[in-house]
Amino acid sequence: MATLIEHSSILIIAVPLLIAFLTPLIGMASKKARNSVVVVGLAFVAFLVFALARDVILNGIHIYTLGATSPSLAIPEGTMVPVRIILEVDGVSVFMGIVVAIVSLVAVIYSMSAMKGETGQNRFYTLLLLMVAGTFGMVFTGDLFNLFVFLEITSISGAALIAFRTKFADSQEGGFKYIVVSAIASLMVLFAISLLYAQYNLLNIGALAAAMQYTMLDRIALVILIAAFAMKLGGVPMHMWISDTYSVAPVSITVLLITASQASMYALMRICFILYGVTLDLAVVGWIVIAIGILGMFIGVTMAVRQTDITRLIAYNCVCEAGFMLVGLGVGLAVLGDLTALRTYGTTAISGAIFHMINHALFEGLLFLVAGAIFYRIGTRDINQMGGLGHTMKFTAAFFLLGALASSGLPPFNGFASKILIYESVYQFNPILTIIGILVSIITLAVFVKAFFSAFTGALLPKYKDIKEVPKTMIAAMTIFAVIIIIFGLFPGLILDWIVRPATDALVDQAAYINAIMGAIP
Amino acid sequence: MTETIIGNFPLVAAVVLTGIGLYILIFRRNLIKIVMGITILSSSVNLFLVTLGYREGGIAPIYTDAPEGPMVLPVVQALTLTNIVIAVATSALILSLVIRIYRNTGSLDSKKSRRMKG
Amino acid sequence: MSKIVRTVANQLMLFVLVFGLYVIMHGHVTPGGGFQGGAIIASGVVMLIVAFGSGQIKKSLRERRLALVESSGALLFILVAFFGIGTVFFYNFLVGSRIFGDIPPTGPNPGDVWTGGVIPLMNLAVGLKVIAGLSGAVLALALFSGGEEM
Repeated sequence: MATLIEHSSILIIAVPLLIAFLTPLIGMASKKARNSVVVVGLAFVAFLVFALARDVILNGIHIYTLGATSPSLAIPEGTMVPVRIILEVDGVSVFMGIVVAIVSLVAVIYSMSAMKGETGQNRFYTLLLLMVAGTFGMVFTGDLFNLFVFLEITSISGAALIAFRTKFADSQEGGFKYIVVSAIASLMVLFAISLLYAQYNLLNIGALAAAMQYTMLDRIALVILIAAFAMKLGGVPMHMWISDTYSVAPVSITVLLITASQASMYALMRICFILYGVTLDLAVVGWIVIAIGILGMFIGVTMAVRQTDITRLIAYNCVCEAGFMLVGLGVGLAVLGDLTALRTYGTTAISGAIFHMINHALFEGLLFLVAGAIFYRIGTRDINQMGGLGHTMKFTAAFFLLGALASSGLPPFNGFASKILIYESVYQFNPILTIIGILVSIITLAVFVKAFFSAFTGALLPKYKDIKEVPKTMIAAMTIFAVIIIIFGLFPGLILDWIVRPATDALVDQAAYINAIMGAIP
Repeated sequence: MTETIIGNFPLVAAVVLTGIGLYILIFRRNLIKIVMGITILSSSVNLFLVTLGYREGGIAPIYTDAPEGPMVLPVVQALTLTNIVIAVATSALILSLVIRIYRNTGSLDSKKSRRMKG
Repeated sequence: MSKIVRTVANQLMLFVLVFGLYVIMHGHVTPGGGFQGGAIIASGVVMLIVAFGSGQIKKSLRERRLALVESSGALLFILVAFFGIGTVFFYNFLVGSRIFGDIPPTGPNPGDVWTGGVIPLMNLAVGLKVIAGLSGAVLALALFSGGEEM
């Protein structure tokens, strides 16, 4: 077991890759075998993630050097800098790993019945597992160029999956927009990485953080990196692709796309807090991140009010919630150098933002799965054509109500726990931001109440008389999300102590991250 | 000023290519031209990466029948090769999506083939 | 295409194959490697598609065979990486053994192909995948613009 945990960080990335390429061979023989191999493989990966999380939170940062004679041999004899690709897993990485593990397992269970009639399912599962492996690689790596490569893997397989249903014209357009935005963002990231490499001859994040002097070229690289990762996570004014993309993809892919955007937000955090640390102009960069967040909240919720397509409405809500996370992170970044402010409200803001990441994945995922279930039964996403579906699709209606209340931040669901942390810490930084946040949450509640009443309540339209409930695996997938939402809402203190506080401590502690690599002796 | 530009000519070429690529992406509406813009942008980043690896008087980092002299680091060339492979995959995917959009909407103009607004 | 073009393309394909395999297998001593050699052979396949037409090539390069070669190339790569997990993932466990195991002298030397350990095997695996992937992609695009699916 101890060797399994020692190698677990690379197994979590390599096992989905292995199963991704086994899937076409097994799928040529039998469909049921392929489905069970995929589910069992992702369940094994989830088990490894939880074991690694427990070990990292109890025992400190894990590093894994690929191809050396021992996993912790980062700096061999005679060299002064780390060589080889090194995976560095700390509290924030395992937190993101837990999010990806839960979401990917639910997505695969949902797709087993949602994609039942489609052709080319072998390629669907291959691309899905490649996307999962890419997201795990993005959050576990300790090397900047490796981050770029896994970012591209995730983007390309994501774009191919968005355009999977080739009979719908909208999905082709959504896939095209996604790949164009991703290609531009990734090229900008590579340009910034080459600027950093040109100065310091290093690609490892820990070694770069130790050698960083904040010259003019470093400032240019920082601006390019923040702009590129904000483009990938849907920060305003680069948010237009989110509504076009999340609404037309198969919904099990949309929940993975949300996770990929969270991984880009993780990369933004890693660069601002750990790679640059306190050498930044903290007030300026912090306020820029807060400004992107506030704009996102406004524009997300105002665009959501006028939507008639249910998945576009939920997609604009995603933009709004990403704004909340950015405001929390921006407040934490702005007070990073000021120790008393950091201890009073800075860490609470960062904890709220990190907790909101997993809550966002859960309730947005649940809302999208419900919208997918409605589309599976009646074939349209237009709210004006739905009516009275709650009479026959009882579970689906209950799940939509649960997701909507959690998203608006009402107790006792999980959205309330993370939003109250953000509200009370941001209030001590600047009260106006909190007031804007509360107003936006109220408008979110109004939007979702309108959607719920027009879709599920009211008289049952005659053309929907024979609509039954959706298949059991889809209900099972939605139940997993719903149960976790309720547990996180009733016991937020436990979740905060077990996984969120270690993540926050890992994020503000740049010295521990650097020492894990540079102080590593064979 | 002119000897700075002539001395750093590869870097100037990379900047000019980036400018051309961004101009195409912002101002051109034909879908195939957008794909060409992404390819030009990718070439400019590759050129920038390879230029960073230049060392005066160095030789290629290959031990087979190598002449005398200090060897340059092969890291930059590995980064460029990886970027070329990624660009190939991106181009294949994006061109097949352009063909499908043309089949569905009958037009390669991005203003006419848009279906989703607001 | 005319008879002359088809005959010349037939004869040239042999040289393209040999040169591409040379570039793949010598990736650890000369410039080249898996992707580069695979792209050379795939451009040879493109030459055949241009000479004979995509309908003709579709009869020999069927979708199931290409998917099989592609998956086995990728599986070979990941399995060879997994075999080193006794020490560390991706560890070069064939250095000093009997397969590709000679240790070359440091410094400039005439290159020896029987060195490198795991690297030539991984080059071969990547080469297989790239050949199948790129020729399949170009064949699918050629068929699709002609109006039929793969």
